[in-house]
Amino acid sequence: MNIHIKGCRLIDPKSGTDAREDLFLAAGVVAAWGRAPKRFRADRTIDAKGLVVCPGLVDMSVRLREPGYEYRATLESEMQAAVAGGVTSLACPPDTDPPLDEPALVEMLKSRAKSLNLARVYPLGALSAKLKGKRLAEMAELAEAGCVAFSQADVPIVDTEVLWRAMQYASTYGFPVWLRPQDSFLAQGGVAHDGDVATRLGLPAIPSVAETASLATMLQLARSAGARLHVCRLSTAEAVAMVRRAKQEGQEVTCDVAVHHVHLCEVDIGYFDSHCHLVPPLRSQRDRDALRAGLADGTIDAICSDHAPLDEDVKHMPFGESEPGATAVELLLSLTLKWATEAGVPLVSALGAVTSTPASIMRVDAGTIGVGATADLCVFDPEAHVRITPASLCSQGKNTPFVGYEVPGQICYTLVAGQVVYENAA
Amino acid sequence: MSRNPQLNEKGALQHLLTIEGLPREILIHILDTAASFINVAERDVKKVPLMRGKSVFNLFFEPSTRTRTTFEIAAKRLSADVINLNIATSSQTKGETLLDTIDNLSAMHADMFVVRHASSGAPYLIAQHVGSHAHVVNAGDGRHAHPTQGLLDSYTIRHYKRDFTRLAVAIVGDVLHSRVARSLIHALTTLGAPDVRVVGPKTLLPAGVEQLGVRVFHNMDAGIRDCDVIAMLRVQNERMRGALLPSEQEFFKSFGLTPERLALARPDAIVMHPGPINRGVEIDSAVADGSQAVILSQVTFGIAVRMAVLSILAGK
Repeated sequence: MNIHIKGCRLIDPKSGTDAREDLFLAAGVVAAWGRAPKRFRADRTIDAKGLVVCPGLVDMSVRLREPGYEYRATLESEMQAAVAGGVTSLACPPDTDPPLDEPALVEMLKSRAKSLNLARVYPLGALSAKLKGKRLAEMAELAEAGCVAFSQADVPIVDTEVLWRAMQYASTYGFPVWLRPQDSFLAQGGVAHDGDVATRLGLPAIPSVAETASLATMLQLARSAGARLHVCRLSTAEAVAMVRRAKQEGQEVTCDVAVHHVHLCEVDIGYFDSHCHLVPPLRSQRDRDALRAGLADGTIDAICSDHAPLDEDVKHMPFGESEPGATAVELLLSLTLKWATEAGVPLVSALGAVTSTPASIMRVDAGTIGVGATADLCVFDPEAHVRITPASLCSQGKNTPFVGYEVPGQICYTLVAGQVVYENAA
Repeated sequence: MSRNPQLNEKGALQHLLTIEGLPREILIHILDTAASFINVAERDVKKVPLMRGKSVFNLFFEPSTRTRTTFEIAAKRLSADVINLNIATSSQTKGETLLDTIDNLSAMHADMFVVRHASSGAPYLIAQHVGSHAHVVNAGDGRHAHPTQGLLDSYTIRHYKRDFTRLAVAIVGDVLHSRVARSLIHALTTLGAPDVRVVGPKTLLPAGVEQLGVRVFHNMDAGIRDCDVIAMLRVQNERMRGALLPSEQEFFKSFGLTPERLALARPDAIVMHPGPINRGVEIDSAVADGSQAVILSQVTFGIAVRMAVLSILAGK
């Protein structure tokens, strides 16, 4: 199918393009910008006047809940949510049940996802068997089955020797290791940032040093093991400074932040709002400001949704007993635009944090709409504002602290391999 | 952030969940009302008919004898019907969720829920969930709040010291885990006490506690010097030997209230404790049984304060 996208503002962060150019898609790839290629006959013309066309979003953390947690969400519901959010490629963490530590599980997930014909799924393999942090997972086999990197999701490896060896082993094959820094002893039992709000509300706390002590260990181990480290979900100002320093020293390290932490802080917990119970915890305003500054100066490479759909029952509980996490894959674009507007960051660089940069960290063919690239696109109206309500979400999880927010960016079309997979008639 | 969930649209008390954010007038009104109930205990018939026909459910998700008993006595003296439920040992162990339990009890037309729960914030969840006719009283939630304790402590202080606006008050011990400390701090800062101090080792003080309007002391002698009121906190036995404290003996040596230490406070200083006391751990027996201790008065006043809270919530 040939598609002519007419009159749009084309933004391609990889090439730094932000221009008014028509776009021509043929045979699933971007055939041309500006002028139609010879003998191009459009099967469909999309009038995109006033709309932005950018690469489909690449989300570094989307829990699809399969296998094992189908009562929370299914591949169908979450893949639909992804394309409704303009996300065309996503990495899913291995914290399923059973965890993604066997090639057969990964193959099954990939083939199920593929048959849905929506977003592309890139599984993260478990770094250790059963995520238990004792024995290495079969990384080479898992990579062959389709894993793009290895991770422990939110389960830290306590034994530093295992962690070091896992990094060495991964780096033998050049596999990236994605880890969220959190010291399990320092974080034990905690549910909120160790600051004014937890003190007032009497919530068991997780100190910032739980993140920084673990990050320091990780950076040193990765350096010694020669591993490609991707640090997931930074939450503290100190951690941003540590990554900035490591990058200045030439260490091969990248990092991301969850979109919640770009906007919210501990104060948003209000009167025990369990929708603000997240991992890592929402920290102080100072931390949030440092995360935003880190994004703006490129210390933080990518923004992800850290999508975690949950059933309402596990949120309708006292804060500390509720399950942490929020549904967010559909909000990634809007919340990124909101940050860009507030911080005065040009759209082309802001979109880079959710398209080309995560794609290059994941080393997948995505995140650009240069001529010849696979036609995975997101078409949105940057001027339209949408009000977030539970009913507006496709995800089976309705658990988000952003209910009631008016956010910029209405997704109009999502295309995968040149096919329209989501279309918002309104 | 939404409206303070414990006040109704007219600014009157709908639930009592925490002292934080309550206007001074409401606190004074509760204390004044409590004063009017003090003599009920001295009558032959220790009852007033203010809550006749109302049912008060004591919902204790965490074991408690003292608080539950005083709430029960308070409700009975107001002529309410009292139902005690120790949920720690019943439905929750059968897998019923907190809100299912509340729905069931609401269907029994409870007017008032007195809730004790191990999780901070649980009474907020219940208050959001019950119908507008029902009232929730927080009888202690996690480390967060124990508002009736904070009020009875305030009542005790007012009884002995009359005026809050000249007082130095030291709160000593495990502030980190203490809902009693948090509620007392909020009560004192709201009532105008100019010098509220917390005293304890760094391991037992929460991060940024000075944001609550207190001065922080890590030295007991300096912390209680010239104080008018010393509020001792209970240190749970299970916290005594581990990462927070090395031993009872060492804690007592550094932070225990002995007669020698008490002499550093003002000569007419009073000593409070929420009970149950650990003799020889946070407080010396000579102090606990001494003339400056008002620990048993706190218990007596606690009943009047709880009567005041229940009757005010019931609109009487």
